[in-house]
Amino acid sequence: MKEILIRIDGKEVAAPAGSTILEVAQQQGIPIPTLCHLDGLSDIGGCRMCIVDVDGKIVTSCTTKIAAGMEVITNNDRLAELRRLNLELIFAERNHVCSMCVSNNHCELQDLACDLGMQNVEVPYAYPRLSLDATHPKFIIDHNRCILCGRCVRVCAEIEGAHVWGIAGRGSEARVITELGVDWGDAEKCTDCGKCVEVCPTGAIVEKGKATAEMVKHPELVTTLKERREND
Amino acid sequence: MLNEEVHVNEVLKKYPSATREDLLDILHDIQESDPHHYLSDAALSDVAAHLGMDLADIKGTASFYSMFSFSPRGKHVIRICDSPPCQLLGATTILQKLIDVLGIAVGETTSDGLFTLETASCLGVCGVAPAMMIDQETYGNLTPTRIAEIIEQIRREDEAS
Ligand code: SF4
Ligand code: SF4
Ligand code: FES
Ligand code: FES
Repeated sequence: MKEILIRIDGKEVAAPAGSTILEVAQQQGIPIPTLCHLDGLSDIGGCRMCIVDVDGKIVTSCTTKIAAGMEVITNNDRLAELRRLNLELIFAERNHVCSMCVSNNHCELQDLACDLGMQNVEVPYAYPRLSLDATHPKFIIDHNRCILCGRCVRVCAEIEGAHVWGIAGRGSEARVITELGVDWGDAEKCTDCGKCVEVCPTGAIVEKGKATAEMVKHPELVTTLKERREND
Repeated sequence: MLNEEVHVNEVLKKYPSATREDLLDILHDIQESDPHHYLSDAALSDVAAHLGMDLADIKGTASFYSMFSFSPRGKHVIRICDSPPCQLLGATTILQKLIDVLGIAVGETTSDGLFTLETASCLGVCGVAPAMMIDQETYGNLTPTRIAEIIEQIRREDEAS
């Protein structure tokens, strides 16, 4: 495959045409924070955590393909500030009270907050009144913790092929839904595989009967599955 | 709900080789021809089957648009503009008049099933603000007196028919 030369954090790098900036950064061992991205799933550029500076413009690195001569900066004060503000907005939009959450200490959102040095949330919390659906025999979806990353939607469609999840409504009214918005327990196509549980980065989709210490997720299972299928 | 199936099937017949790109047209057609101007779960399921789409995908797409309703509405749907130009020219007074005349709040349907009251963003006729639409018809330069007259006239026409 044709290789392209780009400059990333001052270093000249050759990478195959068609790669995303995020892929190149990962190959180079340069960390970029991500939330909606998961190796093995398609990218939607939804969470905006992975922003980088390309020739003075801010773009999402998971959805931007490299181009010859591109100058990429993955971290500076401006990017750090934008990422932190974005993160605060994500926290404030739903009811993220870590000490009360089953995913406390095993949460990608919480980890990001620590990594990015988010000390507190300065924007006011919206405190929406949201529901929790425990109708599925094995799993729970708690909308209070959902960050609308859409990983559940993609894993269910792209890897499991069940197409149960979707996102309905818009703006602050947006919610993940199962099928036409029925209770999850009534979703006819759900195979109970649990893939959505493993990829959900927060405590939004969790397994029933698990204590906080046990609620450890394994999103990398999906990456492995995808790689194996490609190698078959 | 036999009736409903019939009107959905009639619409789908008009789109024999439809793809997902036809989704919005189809949904508009179905909502339009439904006596209660809404998209029932049964209708959405039929469309999903027809287009080979997933249920969550259909609901997700349709629910993005405020023009679609998922619960039954009245025979006539009133959509009053609540964007700034209409606001400046008294849309709040007009809305209050509608609420008084109809005896319902925004989002509700009159007990005779004749009217549903909704608000909408700019209807694109700011030149004649304040404005509203009843079904497909636009009404501009509204005053409280005209509101009473318009509603009264539709009521009369309906009784006559
Ligand atoms: S358990 Fe499996 S099939 Fe059911 S919603 Fe989750 S990913 Fe889809
Ligand atoms: S339920 Fe979890 S995986 Fe699905 S959109 Fe919400 S946070 Fe993302
Ligand atoms: S990881 Fe790129 S936008 Fe979410
Ligand atoms: S603002 Fe009311 S029609 Fe444009």
